[in-house]
Amino acid sequence: MIISELKPLEELQQALSSCDKLFLVGCAACATACKAGGEEEIFKLQEWLAAQDKEVTGSVVIDEACHIMRAARDLRHHRIAVQDADALVVLACGSGIQSISSNVEKRVVGGLNSMFLGNVRRFGYYEEMCSLCGDCILNETAGICPVTTCAKGLLNGPCGGMEDGRCEVDAEVECAWRLIYERLQQQQRQGVFARRVPPKNWSRRRQPGRYHLKNGGR
Amino acid sequence: MSQLAQQLASGRFVVTAEIAPPKGTNLAPALDGARKLQGVTAVNVTDNQGANMRLSSLALAAQLQQSGTETILQLTCRDRNRMALQSDLLGAASFGIENLLLLSGDHSKFGDHPDTRPVFDLDSVQMLDMASGLMAGFDMAGKPLDGVPRFFPGAAVNPAAEPFELMFQKVSKKVASGARFFQTQSVFHRGSLERFMAAMAPLGVPVIAGVLLMRSAKMARFLNANIPGVKVPQPLIERLECAGDPMAEGLAIARETVGWARELCQGVHLMTLGHEGQIPAILA
Repeated sequence: MIISELKPLEELQQALSSCDKLFLVGCAACATACKAGGEEEIFKLQEWLAAQDKEVTGSVVIDEACHIMRAARDLRHHRIAVQDADALVVLACGSGIQSISSNVEKRVVGGLNSMFLGNVRRFGYYEEMCSLCGDCILNETAGICPVTTCAKGLLNGPCGGMEDGRCEVDAEVECAWRLIYERLQQQQRQGVFARRVPPKNWSRRRQPGRYHLKNGGR
Repeated sequence: MSQLAQQLASGRFVVTAEIAPPKGTNLAPALDGARKLQGVTAVNVTDNQGANMRLSSLALAAQLQQSGTETILQLTCRDRNRMALQSDLLGAASFGIENLLLLSGDHSKFGDHPDTRPVFDLDSVQMLDMASGLMAGFDMAGKPLDGVPRFFPGAAVNPAAEPFELMFQKVSKKVASGARFFQTQSVFHRGSLERFMAAMAPLGVPVIAGVLLMRSAKMARFLNANIPGVKVPQPLIERLECAGDPMAEGLAIARETVGWARELCQGVHLMTLGHEGQIPAILA
């Protein structure tokens, strides 16, 4: 899921300085799961806004805020409260925020910073394992992604900063290449070590991404 | 052919040193320092070393090369994408720079611009392949070059890295990708250097052992905490700590390491960090 966190309150305060009446939007998917934009956080935001002398005209937690049409439908159900507001405050990832901003003329204030596509280690502990590069090498690397979990995204083995199998960027973290190496050894496979991996095709990750299922991706 | 390439080919023990470009445009100290170097085959010019922004390594290397000092241009994957790396290498060739040390680069987290976006479009193996391609007359897109560069590409290695086999598979890849020499991270253990050189023997690529001049126990601890891949062992730190004259002790340690390199390797790379005047004493 997309891991997001609440923006610093000072930043939000500043962003909302010229707005008195606000409509609040949360997301029932990722932002709820990582405790950044569910019912509970919308409620907390409402209390905080009240303390700032702001009026909340209404709120909604959309099933998946990234779904543009669904967001439009949910906002229509709250048309009057939305119309009454000076701005909408959205507790969703950047994708969700833009679903909202593409559906309303009014100002939209994002309340979260979106960080990464995260795996859940246990409740409240999220780790980035995939960076959505569009050119997956996992089948050769024993299911451990070096593009994401090596701090430098190296493709041909560890850098010179590996110390006792740990990463130069964070000694608490095991070197991704060491983990790949050990798991391939366990599986008695050479995997990625059998070849020199050529430079990555970053055109697979061209901005902005587009995918049309019906047209075979194009 | 560069002097470095010639001397390594002829089996002569080579000595390399390093100079860092200035933070700013005042090149005088670097040019002056290079002129004063004695008994050195070529000088490495570091590239935003330790991820600290400085004048470009290519600019200083070009000036040194044109004033008659042979250089080894260091280039990292951290700050440039594949297009910039290729154009910088062609630019280097236009200044007569042949020796290269092609590196991944320390992570930007360690430097003075920790908020920057690190690039790492290529890794060091891929950059070596790219340099080999340029020498064969083609860029990475397969387009022919008008005027083909001549390089003597080198790579870096930490001979004491663990797990050894994991580190060494990358060394093999670097050789396959065109590394003609290695310069090592600072060496502190004779044993690990011996093991590394034994593994290197079948590859037949010369190794220039890194020797770091430590001036005090404090400096050794600083290096351990701040420089990736450098681990000064505790007994050496204690030697520096207990010495009446730590600088003399540091020189003695460096001389011992040079002694191992003379037995086991094809050269030494002296990292004197501003004390280049001590080089004759280290080699004595």
